[in-house]
Amino acid sequence: MSALQSRHGEELLAVRQLRVAFAHGRSLLPAVDGIELRLAAGETLALLGESGCGKSATALALLRLLPAAGRIVTGEVLFGGRDLMRLPESEMRAVRGGGMAMIFQEPATSLNPVLTVGRQLAEVLARHRALSGAAAQATALELLVAVGIADAPRRLGEYPFQLSGGMKQRVMIAMALAGEPRLLIADEPTTALDVTIQAQILELLRRLQAERAMGMLLITHDLGVVAQMATRVGVMYAGEIVEEAPRAAFFAAPRHPYAQKLFAALPDLARRGGQLQTIPGQVPSLSAMPAGCRFAARCEHAWELCRQQSPQWRQVAVNHRVRCHLDDGLVSRGRDGGSITAAGEALAVVAVAPALLAVDDLRVHFPIRRGILQRIVGQVRAVDGVSLALARGRTLALVGESGCGKTTVGKAILQLLPASGGRVRLLGEQLGSGARSPRRALRRHMQMIFQDPFASLNPRLSVGEIIAEGMRALAVGGPAAGRRATNAAAVAAVLQQVGLPAEAAGRYPHEFSGGQRQRIAIARALAVQPDLVICDEPTSALDVSVQAQILNLLATLQGELGLAYLFITHNFAVVDHLAHEVAVMYLGRIVEHGLVDEVLRSPRHPYTRALLSAVPSPRLDATSGFIRLPGEIPSPAAPPAGCHFHPRCRQASELCRQKYPPPSRLSATHAVHCHLYPPAGERD
Amino acid sequence: MLAYIIRRLLYALPILIGVNLITFALFFVVNTPDDMARMQLGVKRVTPEAIDRWKAERGYDKPLFFNAEAGGGAALTETIFFSKSARMFVGDFGRAEDGRDIAREIVSRMGPSLAIALPTFIIGLLVSVSFALLLTFFRATYLDFWGVVLCVAMMSISGLFYIIGGQYLVSKLWKLVPISGYGGGLDAWKFVILPVLIGVVSGIGSSTRWYRTIFIEEIARDYVRTARAKGLAEAAVLFRHVLRNALIPILTGVVVVIPLLFMGSLLTESFFGIPGLGSYTIDAINAQDFAVVRAMVFIGSLLYIVGLILTDLSYTFVDPRIRFN
Amino acid sequence: MPFLPVILWSDVLIWLLLLAAILLGWLSARNPLWRTAWQRVGRSRAGMASATLLLAFAVVGLLDSLHYRPRLTVDGGQEAPAQPATYAVEVLSLLDALLTPLRTRNEKTYSEPLATRAHAKETIEVRGSDGRLQQTRDHPRLRYGGAHLGADEEQRDADVAGRVLQALGLALLAWAAVAVAVCGGVARAQASGWRQAWRRLWRSGGDFAWSAVLCALAALLLLAMPVALLATDYHVFGTDKVGQDVLYQVLKSVRTALVIGLVTTLVMLPLSVLLGVLAGYFRGWVDDIIQYLYTTLSSIPGVLLIAAAVLMMQVLIDTHPQWFATAAERADLRLLALCFILGVTSWTGLCRLLRGETLKLRELEYIQAAQAFGVSSLRIIGRHIVPNLMHIVIIALVMDFSSLVLAEAVLSYVGIGVDPTMISFGTMINNARLELAREPMVWWSLSAAFFFMFSLVLAANLFADAVRDAFDPRLAGSP
Repeated sequence: MSALQSRHGEELLAVRQLRVAFAHGRSLLPAVDGIELRLAAGETLALLGESGCGKSATALALLRLLPAAGRIVTGEVLFGGRDLMRLPESEMRAVRGGGMAMIFQEPATSLNPVLTVGRQLAEVLARHRALSGAAAQATALELLVAVGIADAPRRLGEYPFQLSGGMKQRVMIAMALAGEPRLLIADEPTTALDVTIQAQILELLRRLQAERAMGMLLITHDLGVVAQMATRVGVMYAGEIVEEAPRAAFFAAPRHPYAQKLFAALPDLARRGGQLQTIPGQVPSLSAMPAGCRFAARCEHAWELCRQQSPQWRQVAVNHRVRCHLDDGLVSRGRDGGSITAAGEALAVVAVAPALLAVDDLRVHFPIRRGILQRIVGQVRAVDGVSLALARGRTLALVGESGCGKTTVGKAILQLLPASGGRVRLLGEQLGSGARSPRRALRRHMQMIFQDPFASLNPRLSVGEIIAEGMRALAVGGPAAGRRATNAAAVAAVLQQVGLPAEAAGRYPHEFSGGQRQRIAIARALAVQPDLVICDEPTSALDVSVQAQILNLLATLQGELGLAYLFITHNFAVVDHLAHEVAVMYLGRIVEHGLVDEVLRSPRHPYTRALLSAVPSPRLDATSGFIRLPGEIPSPAAPPAGCHFHPRCRQASELCRQKYPPPSRLSATHAVHCHLYPPAGERD
Repeated sequence: MLAYIIRRLLYALPILIGVNLITFALFFVVNTPDDMARMQLGVKRVTPEAIDRWKAERGYDKPLFFNAEAGGGAALTETIFFSKSARMFVGDFGRAEDGRDIAREIVSRMGPSLAIALPTFIIGLLVSVSFALLLTFFRATYLDFWGVVLCVAMMSISGLFYIIGGQYLVSKLWKLVPISGYGGGLDAWKFVILPVLIGVVSGIGSSTRWYRTIFIEEIARDYVRTARAKGLAEAAVLFRHVLRNALIPILTGVVVVIPLLFMGSLLTESFFGIPGLGSYTIDAINAQDFAVVRAMVFIGSLLYIVGLILTDLSYTFVDPRIRFN
Repeated sequence: MPFLPVILWSDVLIWLLLLAAILLGWLSARNPLWRTAWQRVGRSRAGMASATLLLAFAVVGLLDSLHYRPRLTVDGGQEAPAQPATYAVEVLSLLDALLTPLRTRNEKTYSEPLATRAHAKETIEVRGSDGRLQQTRDHPRLRYGGAHLGADEEQRDADVAGRVLQALGLALLAWAAVAVAVCGGVARAQASGWRQAWRRLWRSGGDFAWSAVLCALAALLLLAMPVALLATDYHVFGTDKVGQDVLYQVLKSVRTALVIGLVTTLVMLPLSVLLGVLAGYFRGWVDDIIQYLYTTLSSIPGVLLIAAAVLMMQVLIDTHPQWFATAAERADLRLLALCFILGVTSWTGLCRLLRGETLKLRELEYIQAAQAFGVSSLRIIGRHIVPNLMHIVIIALVMDFSSLVLAEAVLSYVGIGVDPTMISFGTMINNARLELAREPMVWWSLSAAFFFMFSLVLAANLFADAVRDAFDPRLAGSP
């Protein structure tokens, strides 16, 4: 059936009234509630939504691949003129991989670890194209070349663990293409990847789709990805599609209040230093869906009717429809950006205050042991000579892709990992040396907020106990006498500070949502009244609307308490919104460092430029000057000689291959390690 | 790879020394040779002379660790520790109470032990894995449910009952095969078949359930969903994808016991009168023959350590992630 | 005093365990995560049915763990007031006192269940009609089995049937009483009517699997009540070679099995938790030493290590007879030593598991947060690590119980188990295994041991499954 070449514009898929539910105990919880979709050949429909909105369940239901607890309650899925929901299982198997193929989010776990790439590809070829032996081998090779895998013949005989994350996703795509499907379902295909790799994969998907005139259903939470990829957009909220529009119309003027809020909650330069718009409350739980509009409880425009009746589809423009009771006049854009403040100027002031934290040539090396006697044969240079300084009330963002050592820097500063070299000074006192007690006294001046709000709170302790732990350990709040009472009061105060009720102290972490847990983690850090807080990707596990709440909270706290933040992240939008200074890390070293405007507006290092160009922008007017980085990050156990970046740099010269570049000062605050910018002394 | 094996072998040495010290402490420090002599001789015949003679006959009359009377190197070698424990490293296990050489006895008894244990192991593994695959294929159906119930019931029955019941039914009631005994050559199958059958049946319950848990855990993984998304049939998913991956955890539990098959099974061999190492051990325990028990402890741990090394090696065959690292 | 209390070491440990269980229950009730886990166990039908059965076994075991030595009476019941009290050498338990008829009514040798005559023919002298003694070979009349029937042996079947009917009636009455009480309790807790409460009891998906408890209780009563009524005048499960009642033996075996299954974990637990957590948390040389220790210990085949240790201990006991006042104390010490040895040989598996889990836990962010506060290692272990390992410990405990009970039987058979004078499933099987070969076959001893052991182990296994499903975080989410 895959021999049928689809023509552009021909309708491929039509979904009617699809309802999916998950069995929980003896009840069925609806996850997808009567959605309707249409998709034509050559078109990309982006299904946009936050976690738990039912977008992945929709994709799996189309292929009838729901997990054991999932049930398709009702619905019609017309694909190639047949209703997939009525097909017998054996015919459905011919559709899977043949008519419709799917790419999953986690390339690391989605490939079978014990079979070679070649065998996993050959399986599809044998199943859907009846190819075997040499013919299959040749076709598999063609496919690997088509998805841009270098050295394809060798890769065929390799196992998934021998490939990098980006290559694994390419192999997944090759497997999906092997059956020559007419429809490709991509479920968050780049969420697990770094931003430069994400750009490569998105480009590949666009090219392949155009070449093969496939239809594509792209499932994502990232407005930037939607802006780059989609022809049409469907916004999902709590199991329903609430808005459907062509890309241009959607990005120009989203109609549903939820979609508008999503845009407003995105951090970017326009709202720099100010408060982000947030969506109050949370997505209603599966077991307690409101009868009316599902967004009503969180919508500032909601009125009587919204709470009573679920809105019907309403056409607002050609191909643009929305499910909302509000009239056109009420729902208008332009609310965002209202809170632009004059923060820009305030941020531009160069810090002259004495440094709170000074890190000098910090090194963290992990030994590699080999051989009979486990001798040390090498070092993984996770952090290799990082220097930075941070003053009170300022935010320094440490940016880089995964594996660049940014988290290790944070942990080494906190003394959670032993440093192999260098000095860390906090309040003028050196850490990591000397007696135990002064080190302990210094501990209360710095704290950390972790990435995963689910792993960072002990599930067996109550919130009050969690927050009080640090106070007790560091004896904050005076001597032992009467400490219990003062502690309770202090816990209540700090909970209020992070926007949680005082009663939360008696409850346990599992009763809170991700965003609330992150508030508790912030409260725990604040309880010991630190001067420096190291934030390790505190919002990367959260949805956009919740992320905005946490970023606002962090900004407020900085203003009130004069905290300094070392903000570890890979998200440039967040950096732009929150930071005063930026340091970009690559393979354990800082390659560029400067004020936010300097680094983000006029990046100098080729790596910084490539990184910035790879970030998909959630706007239509975004310049599409994507600088393609070849290859992936090398292993920190064997960094390339000379400049670490030279194998991936288009401007690399002979000098770059030989010598690591010294720092070049471009301004009083902006420094870069690159031979393209020789230090001032040599330039003359 | 070679360096790895050598490292594992070097690591085995301190463990064997540790085992040796533990057995030495158990046999010679907790109780003195005098105590053993009293016990062996029986209350009636205990006289100081009899004890001394008993100890001298068996070489227990030396000091434990250090012989001050002997000079030079003999101060260390002329001791109980050296002659009874350290010599086991070179395969010298001394003599049993009946005066026979233990090492030779062990070699001659390995054959019958293996004749029972090896088929039991292989057939048991195949049958359990097949049943587990069957239950996994029909997971969340009544077949699966009652299969698991049957497994739990089967593993709740003591191994003794399997043997007693099996012997009674097959040999006594139906008179199909001899009730016990062992013969060499081609006739051996008559004696082997019942113990093997009973061994397989008694092990099915727990191992099937264990393998099923592994399969079910494996089937929830992402790559299985990928395989289904390719349009593969459930059987292909199960055999090509799940089985290969599930073999890895199964191997950990299984390979380690292979060398121990030489030791035979205590229960089966003693019930069926098979002249293997298992019944040898039981007889030694009942006769309180310390030298034999000591030797069996040493050999058992040696085989276990070999099993650990084999387990590590077997990973490299099944798991490419280890093979290429 | 009419008796002298005897406190055996195993009694102390058993009651301590009961205390510990109550303490665990109290702690679980306070912690919401544990409470929900136990509530999940409570919802499991198989789990609750097996728990009911286990409770019955536990009651038997606990009754058998209160020991005393009765005062010796002189002259047929008349106490001699002037003399200092002397107490019997024999140590009895409360259960023995309750089962006095079973314990004391020994026949000469084998007799079938519910028999009135012995199993084997004997030469007996019968006074013939002519008044002369005649020697004939026949099954002799039992001294106690069915003695109340007198010469009217044909009445046995009717008598048995009558008693069974009577017992079934009693069982139904008792069950109805319990059911009504439960229903009343539920009605009051739900503040609803009786009818609603009754329907709620039997509906699936409730908060507590009362229906399973009531079903199990019904089965238990319907089986136990007839046995109890018959046992007053018959040997319900027959008698063994020395004429002892088999029912008495299986009931006594229960305590031995419980001690082996529970006390062993007391030995095993501190070792594996302490060492496993230390190895996983501190890593480095501490980990190396602990790993060496458990690899070495686990490399010795379990049975052989137990055999060697038990042999050595037997030598110790035999050479120091003066340590023990009574045979019961000697047997008890051997039982405890067996528990100790089993504990020493079986802690390694759990230790390895806990070490691995601790290695994972210590990388979690809440541990790092605590470290960032400078919380001491001991406190981190106590507050953050051990509580998060407890579910593994609980699962391991319930899973080990059944395998230990099974191991006891094998070890006793091999001759390295409990003292041969102590009644246990293992010794029962060991004594009975050759009886199948007799002509005619003696099957009841073995069958009774099989039935009781099977139901104990099966109940334990099912309960362990329910606990594992409820406590394992990977499984807990699924229905």
